[in-house]
Amino acid sequence: MDIKTNNAEKNEIAKEGLYNVIDPEIDLNIVDLGLVYGINFNEESKDIVVTMTLTTQFCPMGESIVASTTQAMQQSFPEDKIQVNLIFEPPWDQSMISEAGHLFLAR
Amino acid sequence: MFIAGNNSPIKNTSYKVVLPFYGYAALSFLMATVLMLINTSAFTQHYFNPLTLAITHIMALGWGTMIILGASHQLFPVMIEGKLHSDLLAYLSFVFAAIGIPLLVFAFYGFNMGLVAKAGAILINLAVICYLANLWLSIYDSKSRNVHAVFAFTAVLWLFMTTLLGLLLVWNFTSNVFSKDSVHFLSLHAHLGILGWFLLMIIGVGSRLIPMFLISKYENKKLLWLIYSLVNTGLTSFILMFLLSVKVELYFIPIVFIGSGLILFGNHIYRSYARRIRKRVDEQVKISMLSVALTIVPVIVLVAIIIMFATVNSLQLVLLYGFTIFFGWITTIILGMTFKTLPFIIWNKVYSKIAGLGKTPNPKELFSNTIFIASGVAYLIGFIIFGLGIVRTSILFLNIGAIFLLITAVLYNFNVFSILFHKVKKVK
Repeated sequence: MDIKTNNAEKNEIAKEGLYNVIDPEIDLNIVDLGLVYGINFNEESKDIVVTMTLTTQFCPMGESIVASTTQAMQQSFPEDKIQVNLIFEPPWDQSMISEAGHLFLAR
Repeated sequence: MFIAGNNSPIKNTSYKVVLPFYGYAALSFLMATVLMLINTSAFTQHYFNPLTLAITHIMALGWGTMIILGASHQLFPVMIEGKLHSDLLAYLSFVFAAIGIPLLVFAFYGFNMGLVAKAGAILINLAVICYLANLWLSIYDSKSRNVHAVFAFTAVLWLFMTTLLGLLLVWNFTSNVFSKDSVHFLSLHAHLGILGWFLLMIIGVGSRLIPMFLISKYENKKLLWLIYSLVNTGLTSFILMFLLSVKVELYFIPIVFIGSGLILFGNHIYRSYARRIRKRVDEQVKISMLSVALTIVPVIVLVAIIIMFATVNSLQLVLLYGFTIFFGWITTIILGMTFKTLPFIIWNKVYSKIAGLGKTPNPKELFSNTIFIASGVAYLIGFIIFGLGIVRTSILFLNIGAIFLLITAVLYNFNVFSILFHKVKKVK
């Protein structure tokens, strides 16, 4: 699933950092898992909003995944203010896993 | 189009609520296997004897029920997509059960059904009431209703009926609560717990978790509702037949209902497995799936009991039936699911705040997989040999089987307490 963004260049930098955020149970990064729906960069206010979901609402690992996402983004963009917007609509399903993710899980 | 969310962290049930249940259950399993090893002769006698009653109640309450209570405090919010209503009720549930269970077991062990047994039974009922209230209020607070939550809540209602009947049976030893003695009601008490509590809860949670761990595309809510109806109809018809004292042959009716439910549940899990995206299945999920297959073993033994009822003495088969339930599918699914839940709870506690700062251990690295596999092998050997020992009334087989089951419990405890006492490792 493609990440919706208003800045393709910065989105690639963000993705590089987010590839390091792993769902500990599935052992797959949150980008290939399809958890990241969108990243919005506000150049004026220096705010970055990551819109994402979890594989299931009230996922026991949710708190750590959100914290890791914030920390990974902060490392990629140290000057900016990071906000994670957690949503459950549309809900995550397996069709959101990327081709690379499917290949990883099919090993 | 996205619907606006929020940036507040997701508040899961506190680990402080959940962990005591896991530690208590692990020690109970160890205690039960020690008692089995030093009292193997009890398994060559009538099933209604103090030692068997004590061991059965450690396994049913201290082991099976305590770990399910602990895990469900963590997993119920996932199932209802809402928060656990009260940590305090969860703590109370633990404290009441943690004191009540050893009192009841101690009373059974010395077969003194006086004040200690009554106090134990009352405390266990208080624990169940706290748990029931907590789940009810959590469901009330949540907007989501689904078949898994209905399974779990119905299971707790049956648990309450089991422990309430248990309390009355304890009282019946010293006062005439019922017109018949407590032994008469043993099968009713046992099946309320086995089918109503354990089976419904395991199907409800297993049908949610196993496909989730497999990342399966298969989903069939209608089938789960059918299984729910079959198990509950089977159990209700069993209760009615018991109260009406019908002919023993008629007990095939509830067996057909429940057996059909089990076959459909097995089919549900198989289809989830066949349509999984995640091809590599870890040992913990494999052993949980083995547990699903093992549910059919007690059904076969039960059919044998009814067929042989009029011809041979089926007392050993009754013991085997109980053994294949408590040391069979209930123990197997706990052995597997402990290591799919506990490491993640501890990992969240220890590493959630520093996970994004560098490489942290994977939750699966918090315990030894080699010891896990060794405990699984010891368990299977112990289960088969002890089962043969019951059928053959062989002390030698019972002793060998009990040693292997004790080894299983020691290895399981080693892994569980390694996880519970895990200290943070520096991120690289």
